Amino acid sequence: MNHDIYATEGLYKIVGKTELSAVVSRHVIYAPLIAAKARPGHFVILRAREGGERIPVTLVDWDPEKGTVTIIIQAIGKSTSEMNAFKLGDSFSDVAGPLGTPVEIKNYGTVLGVGGGVGIAELFPIARAFKKAGNRVISVLGARTKDLVILEAEMGVISDKVMVTTDDGSAGKKGLVTDAMKELYAAGEKIDAIFTIGPIMMMKFVGETSRPHGTPTYASLNPIMLDGTGMCGGCRVEVGGKPRFACVDGPMFDAHQTNFDQLIKRTAAYREHEGQAMERYAKTHDCRIGLH
Amino acid sequence: MQNKPKKPTPSLKQNHGAHQDPAERRKNFKEVALGFGMEDALTEAARCLGCKNKPCELACPVNVKIPEFIDLLYKEDAGAAATKIFETSLFPAICGRVCPQETYCEAACVLKDKFGPVSIGRLERFTADYARDNGLIKPPDCAPDTGYKVACIGSGPTSLAVAAELRKLGHAVTVFEALHQFGGVLSYGIPPFRLPREVVRFEVETLRRMGVRFLKNVMAGKSITVQELKKDFDIIYIGSGAGLPSPMNTPGEDLVGVYSSNEFLTRVNLMEAFKFPVTDTPYYIGGKVVVVGGGNTAMDSARCAMRLGPDSVTLLYRRTRAEMPARAEEVENAMEEGIKFEFLTAPVELEGDEKGRLKRVKCIRMALGEPDASGRRKPVPQEGSEFYIEASSLVVAIGQSPNPVIQQTTAGLSVNKWGCIIADEATGKTSLDGVYAGGDVVRGGATVLLAMKDGKNAARAIHKALTGK
Repeated sequence: MNHDIYATEGLYKIVGKTELSAVVSRHVIYAPLIAAKARPGHFVILRAREGGERIPVTLVDWDPEKGTVTIIIQAIGKSTSEMNAFKLGDSFSDVAGPLGTPVEIKNYGTVLGVGGGVGIAELFPIARAFKKAGNRVISVLGARTKDLVILEAEMGVISDKVMVTTDDGSAGKKGLVTDAMKELYAAGEKIDAIFTIGPIMMMKFVGETSRPHGTPTYASLNPIMLDGTGMCGGCRVEVGGKPRFACVDGPMFDAHQTNFDQLIKRTAAYREHEGQAMERYAKTHDCRIGLH
Repeated sequence: MQNKPKKPTPSLKQNHGAHQDPAERRKNFKEVALGFGMEDALTEAARCLGCKNKPCELACPVNVKIPEFIDLLYKEDAGAAATKIFETSLFPAICGRVCPQETYCEAACVLKDKFGPVSIGRLERFTADYARDNGLIKPPDCAPDTGYKVACIGSGPTSLAVAAELRKLGHAVTVFEALHQFGGVLSYGIPPFRLPREVVRFEVETLRRMGVRFLKNVMAGKSITVQELKKDFDIIYIGSGAGLPSPMNTPGEDLVGVYSSNEFLTRVNLMEAFKFPVTDTPYYIGGKVVVVGGGNTAMDSARCAMRLGPDSVTLLYRRTRAEMPARAEEVENAMEEGIKFEFLTAPVELEGDEKGRLKRVKCIRMALGEPDASGRRKPVPQEGSEFYIEASSLVVAIGQSPNPVIQQTTAGLSVNKWGCIIADEATGKTSLDGVYAGGDVVRGGATVLLAMKDGKNAARAIHKALTGK
């Protein structure tokens, strides 16, 4: 079926929704232009409704035939909780994109993908593209606990090897993704490139673990972002000593060159506001955050 | 109106229009300039001499038929007055508010020196608002469909002008906007207390009713390239504006609490952070706000900050009041609202606390030296004059340049050393066949009116290229 990518009607409707855990949902959204133009590593900016904030999310999948894109959202604050409360047939008020610079897909040899939490979903299209380009793909999936290990089966299909780690040992090995990486290095696995998406602290230590081995390592940075079009500079990150805009130059950057400590400080800018918004939301909604 | 003064009576006192009281308005985002009522408008219109040689009209970048519309207004036919303005200017409710009339039409008014000029801007605004509020404006008729398709990139003033002109001539026009609201700088940049959002929405809605297609959330150059658009459209018009912030390159600029004016204004104006937590986008300013810069964007930033209720807002400018590029009216408004001005002052270093939040700004005093390339006297740092001011947040408002994404992703599109697209001034033609550009992406940071003028000129050239007429 041919979709009018310039259509203005019926956009951003949720045509598929699956709950992957108590706090993680998969949304399939009608957005034909984005579906037609998406590449691995692209992201979109979502707005739940008028007055809503702009939330950047990396695309998990897209289908130009159906005119749809797939995203996976973990409810961590007010806006993401509100989005996950959407039902089939509801519409986002906005889905902007595709945005960012897609990942350059080529044959490195062996590519290691390291995903943490909801970052596993965002790693999926990148790992799949590397597999398709002829790479041997090893995937390390990490989460706090079993429920938050998502897309394990899908990652299994497109990976030559999958390793799972959880903080509490409820799935895979008890430990951190970096433990799995060390195991791979110790076993003499030749890794030619690493792509990592997940919490900032995790990505920082993925970089620290690969640094002594000299493996090129790329991390998908997630600073606070506003417009996502290179207009505000709020998402600036320091890479190789220079300011870069994650929204247009990234979000994937050389992890060994990234100033993660500055990124951690800058992402804390609105922590109090986030708490305030969440508290206000939780008072009026059946909110499941904090119950797991 | 009873006892309407006879026209012309130039000696009547010029009416600048009432303003919201400063003590009140610094707490709200409602429009500062209250505008004319009918009596004010008719009385001010009576001052116009209706000069035969029309100096005001000639001074206007889009040659609004000023004496004629003022005369129609005086005759109490606001609908006809609005129609007269529409002959040359598409968005009088916008221009009447944000155009620097004091440097164009009002500067040319023959009454200027003796009695003060006719308040042309206020009259234009009144005419447009009155006609809109009373349903006197009908979308113009459009010529039969030509079958030609035009894509406008960006939905700011220049693209809106192109869209309006070309749609009237029967072409199919699609406007692509990267953000979720239309209007470009009229939405994200200019604060609602200078340009209420319903004015912008009305103009977009009028174009939509004329058949212009508006597509939001598409960032040309990223979501879709100019080459890809060329497969589906006969002509591409790039009006993507000057949305790239200029950093100060001062140590400490990455501290939390330091904003580009683009980020600060976008948070407050586009995302309506001033309503947080009713809206979801937060802002952080703390008690002591510092704004750096001397242009309209700096005034807008300082005045927005003041409305968020901090203890103080201090503006640092490295030259004196005389050299400020901001409109005099806006500087006065800002001063009335309690913004403190530190002239001949520049920041040299921003210092933060252990959490990486801004704490204080190290400043240096300047003196004016020889004129520089811009013709203004160059500020020279005075050694040993360093001092500190406490600051919880700082807004950098020292200029914008075009967002480079389209230029970088469009092979063969010529740009100058400042990253502006090179386009013919009379036609908007770029180095690429079928691709036109205008407004700030070409000019690098000018006015709403010049952006509209570029759009009108380009529309004429595009129509000719498509139809030979």
